Amino acid sequence: MNPATNLIDTVTAILLITNLMLLGSGYLTSCIRYAALQGLAVGLLPLLLHAQGSWGRAAALAAAGMILKGVVFPIVLTRILRDINVRREVEPFVGYGTSVMAGVGMLAFSMWLTRRLSLSAVPESALIMPAGFATVLIGLFLIVSRRKAVTQVLGYIVMENGIYAFGTALAGGVPLLVELGVLLDAFVAVFIMSIAIYHISREFDHIDVDQLDRLQG
Amino acid sequence: MHLILVSAGVILLGGLAALSVRSRRWASLLGAGSAAAGSLIGLVPALRAALGAPPESFGFGWPLPGAALSLELDPLAGFFLAVTLALSAVTAVYGVRYLQSTPGERSLGPAWFCFNLLVASMMLVLLAGNGILFLLGWETMALASFFLVAFESEKASTRDAGWVYLVATHLGGAFLLALFVLFARAAGSFEFEAWMGTTLGASTGSFFILAVIGFGTKAGFMPLHVWLPEAHPAAPSHVSALMSGVMIKTGIYGLLRMSSLLGPPPAWWGGLLIGIGLSSGVLGVLFALAQHDLKRLLAYHSVENIGIIALGLGLGLLGMSSGSCTLAALGFGGGLLHVLNHALFKGLLFLGAGSVLHGTGTRRIDDLGGLLKRMPWTGGAFLVGSAAISGLPPLNGFISELLIFCAAIFCVLHPSSPGIVTAGIAAVAGLALIGGLAAACFAKAFGVVFLGEPRTEAARGAHEAGPAMLIPMGALAASCFLIGALPVTVVRALGPLLNQVSGFPLPDIDRVLAEAAGIMAGVGSVIGIVLAAAAAAAGLRAWLQAGRSRETAETWDCGYARPTARMQYTASSFAQPLISLFSPLLRTRERLHGREGFFPKTADWSTETRDASREMLFEPLFNGARQVLGRMRGFQHGQMQIYVLYVVVTLLLLLAVSLRAAP
Repeated sequence: MNPATNLIDTVTAILLITNLMLLGSGYLTSCIRYAALQGLAVGLLPLLLHAQGSWGRAAALAAAGMILKGVVFPIVLTRILRDINVRREVEPFVGYGTSVMAGVGMLAFSMWLTRRLSLSAVPESALIMPAGFATVLIGLFLIVSRRKAVTQVLGYIVMENGIYAFGTALAGGVPLLVELGVLLDAFVAVFIMSIAIYHISREFDHIDVDQLDRLQG
Repeated sequence: MHLILVSAGVILLGGLAALSVRSRRWASLLGAGSAAAGSLIGLVPALRAALGAPPESFGFGWPLPGAALSLELDPLAGFFLAVTLALSAVTAVYGVRYLQSTPGERSLGPAWFCFNLLVASMMLVLLAGNGILFLLGWETMALASFFLVAFESEKASTRDAGWVYLVATHLGGAFLLALFVLFARAAGSFEFEAWMGTTLGASTGSFFILAVIGFGTKAGFMPLHVWLPEAHPAAPSHVSALMSGVMIKTGIYGLLRMSSLLGPPPAWWGGLLIGIGLSSGVLGVLFALAQHDLKRLLAYHSVENIGIIALGLGLGLLGMSSGSCTLAALGFGGGLLHVLNHALFKGLLFLGAGSVLHGTGTRRIDDLGGLLKRMPWTGGAFLVGSAAISGLPPLNGFISELLIFCAAIFCVLHPSSPGIVTAGIAAVAGLALIGGLAAACFAKAFGVVFLGEPRTEAARGAHEAGPAMLIPMGALAASCFLIGALPVTVVRALGPLLNQVSGFPLPDIDRVLAEAAGIMAGVGSVIGIVLAAAAAAAGLRAWLQAGRSRETAETWDCGYARPTARMQYTASSFAQPLISLFSPLLRTRERLHGREGFFPKTADWSTETRDASREMLFEPLFNGARQVLGRMRGFQHGQMQIYVLYVVVTLLLLLAVSLRAAP
């Protein structure tokens, strides 16, 4: 077993563990930290998976991803939390225990799905693809099941991590431009949403998404 | 071709420039100046192509699947292009002063940008040689004209009109999209050239029906015309003139182009168009007769004239299917010449109505009166337009209607099949009825608006429009006279155009046109004699009156001591006999208040005629759709999480289904 496989498996493990912790934790500060850790771990993937490709490109991509997800996003989100003075996710639609169980279920579903899809597996690790897909699903689950807008932003980041991991594992040949585009998307989304959250909380004294249905048709 | 591209470039750049300047004055000058200059540049190659210069094409690829930037300038496109550009130039000039007078500090840049975009997109529609390019131009045209209709968007009625127009134009567009996609699938390409020789078999008829519905919505065939009486009154008058004069004709152009691509027509196509033409013509003019709003009345007359054009085209198609060059040349010739004529006189009438609106501030016919003394030039121009649209000699409307009459009479005289005789008799009778009703309608419109005494203060304080608005109207009135005075030249110039449309060889067509020109010359000499006699009578009157004293007195007032202006005929009362004759079709609602007891103090009577096809066809349709779709509203409750859940569930279901389907 070569060291790269070891490292990839470690990254996969971190991915899965942070997923479950995000699902099971109600403290928003810790959730931000878990998401940041996940971002750092996923950011390593281009370096590990496609070592035969151009090193410079992979390094640039990894650096950009890690700085953005590991440093910039957490700082922005933490500052928002401080400004709007929200600490906890109160009364999520789905309880924490149930969420963790659902997460495990989604992981199983992803495993079945990736096998069923018969994708060209990554030679180094069989686990990275199902883990990436499960991360996408868990990100969506976070968006659907949580009340606070900050957790929704985290959901998008997690989903993006999943797409990133899945995409990197699926095709080493994803053009640099597309990868950078995905990063930029997430970056802009987080910025806009954090600004929006700030203004929403100033306006309405809360950031509960389920109460923002005044504009329905 | 290069001149055409230059022309389109000038128009578009001018529109952008108008959008970018702040001052209302500069926006108008830039927008209108470039539209007029570009149109005049493009008029040269368009006329050359219409008169028979060899077809030109221009094209390069485009990285959009199926699309290519292929433009094609043949006689058919050249003819419609010439009409479009001529009217665009005139209405642009008129619009400068007209828009300046709109109240408020609203910026005019967007209006001129949309105007120029509308002109450029009409050019694209007429020149496109590729289905996707055509649809692109078609939709741009719809959007640009929508924004122009909604120019005075602070009025609720204007917003409503804009929506009706947008919905109608998209419904028509949906049929066209289906037609183009199906045709392209059959032909394997979106290029019109490839469509030309495609054999479609049994689906040809359904394609033709799709084209009639899709293009007919734009052209205003009854009962698809619902947007015309809403959008034309709401738009600024120079835009109404452009939309009614040429934009709706793109529907006629599309129908002609499509029928030429679909191959030789069976007889029922001609019959269908004759039926549509008769119903649009008769119902259009009847509804016009019942209107109280000057521009709404004109809008219904557009429906009527589109009906006359469809009648001509139907006779032409009948000629093609029965192999009669004479019938095809006369029918198509009359229909196409009426396209040009209608653009001229309807443009003139809308500009005249715009001057009335500009001078008095109202479009209600019953609030006007006596304007001929206050606005003599506008009144004169409106009279010319009224006579032309009623098909009276020596104006241009007469020429094209005479050609269609000739075609219809030819059907009756050369009965090759019972269907053709029926079509001919129906066309003659319908056209005569339409002409008579149109004359009655314009006697009403002109009489109530311009003759008599002013009915309100607004009409009393009317002022004549300035030369910037009168000169365009004068130009249009002069061209109405010119075509009416030179029928032989005009008719003989149609040869190359008819050769392309009907497919009969040019010498045969020229022979038919020479015969028609002979008829024209004969009729023209009779008209000349009548006109000379009228002039002689007028001269005699002047000679007899010379040196004698003349007095003017009140009209005899039945012994009533104090007549007021309100005792004149109103629009409603003038039209009432005809309206009650056709009441089963019109379903006019009358309201009568007062008139009780032996000495009633006050009484009033009013009529309202709502659009029958809107009330009986479209409103039930849309209400039904709303009821069905209303049940879907439960899905929309504003919960963001649930929306995301919808997306996730849909994606997972699709994934599961496709996995199940896969081996």
